[in-house]
Amino acid sequence: VEPEREAVSLTEACEFTLEELAEISGLTEGELREFVEYGAIAPVDRSAVQWRFTGHCVVTMRTASRLRADFELEPHGVALVISLLDRIGELRSELEQVRARLPRAR
Amino acid sequence: MKYKDYYEILGVKRDAPADEIKKAYRKLAQKYHPDVTKDPAGEEKFKEVAEAYETLKDPEKRSAYDQLGRHQPGEDFQPPPDWGSRHAQGGSGFSFEDIDLEDLFAGLGARGRGGAGAARGGAAFRIPGEDYEVSATLALEDAYRGSEVELNLSVPGIDESGRLRRTPRTLKVRIPRGATDGQRLRLAGQGGKGMNGGRDGDLYVTLRLRPHRLYRAAGHDLYLDLPVTPSEAVLGASVEVPTPAGTVALKIPPNTRAGQQLRLAGRGLPRASGEAGALYAVVQIVVPPAPGERELELYRQLAGAASFDPRAHFSQEATSGT
Repeated sequence: VEPEREAVSLTEACEFTLEELAEISGLTEGELREFVEYGAIAPVDRSAVQWRFTGHCVVTMRTASRLRADFELEPHGVALVISLLDRIGELRSELEQVRARLPRAR
Repeated sequence: MKYKDYYEILGVKRDAPADEIKKAYRKLAQKYHPDVTKDPAGEEKFKEVAEAYETLKDPEKRSAYDQLGRHQPGEDFQPPPDWGSRHAQGGSGFSFEDIDLEDLFAGLGARGRGGAGAARGGAAFRIPGEDYEVSATLALEDAYRGSEVELNLSVPGIDESGRLRRTPRTLKVRIPRGATDGQRLRLAGQGGKGMNGGRDGDLYVTLRLRPHRLYRAAGHDLYLDLPVTPSEAVLGASVEVPTPAGTVALKIPPNTRAGQQLRLAGRGLPRASGEAGALYAVVQIVVPPAPGERELELYRQLAGAASFDPRAHFSQEATSGT
């Protein structure tokens, strides 16, 4: 067994630069800018000189990278799928919340 | 090495043209891709499909694969004696023990083209390590406190004698406090090793919370069924309620309805930002399963005295016709 390692939660609490996001996701900085343009991800502060992205964007852009490679999609097609997946994610958490409110059968 | 029939996996004939292979792959990818399907078996199935396509879409790899000969899927086999020297760098010293077809053909691609890193980084043959994806299941209490999990991986690598080989690897990982169901974690540099100066891959963990016998989690909020008696619902009461941090007193206000949610702020799962989600006690009015004679007598008296009609709106709405 190897020594214990600390995992980083990919949430809103951690941030990555554009360069880091490119390295982690396997997309180029140009492609990432395109995804920002299409609204698939958004930097924390768009007017900042150096863009920073939350951990959630790492998850989204890794998905984008897989979709592009596995389905041979254009960036705009990937952005469309990402927006639909986000919507499914939102609906799923709403459903989870509604289900959690229902009393459990006893 | 176990044989896999890539043609059978994609559902195409051995002499299928490239565009037919592509079409078959796309159809299967749409069905099984883990990002677009919720089929629990989808991920494994997609890996198989992607592995088959990765080899068959490349004319060079497809021809190398065809030269392995035809075998039954799962059958142990050895490639023809001169196969290694023709297709794999390292020639006759190449070993086929403890590896699978996927590693073998991934190796051919990396040697042939230098991988994705070469195109982006500028330096030739810089091959980034593979990212690994695993999932881990946690008890809700462990997510609340933060905990440690052991992850078991099976990773391809090169042993001391330079041979490709899969080895087990166990990794102890500290999970930060306040993890939620479906949350992703990243362990930088803990994926596959990069080659020729390429960066090491990362390890990604998807966390799942084991269903709890009391709480139902939705994000950082927790829901708990709170059974109360009819008299507690009418008169109000102070009751003890379990929370992950211990028991707390909760005031049930008079005239509480079934299904009402009583909110205990900050008693749910903690967030990285510090503030925690809420715990909602969902009121359930429970009638005594076997009331005694005296209780029944009191209910009869109550029924006679009460003027409340919970179905008054039935007759109003029925006559108004809306």
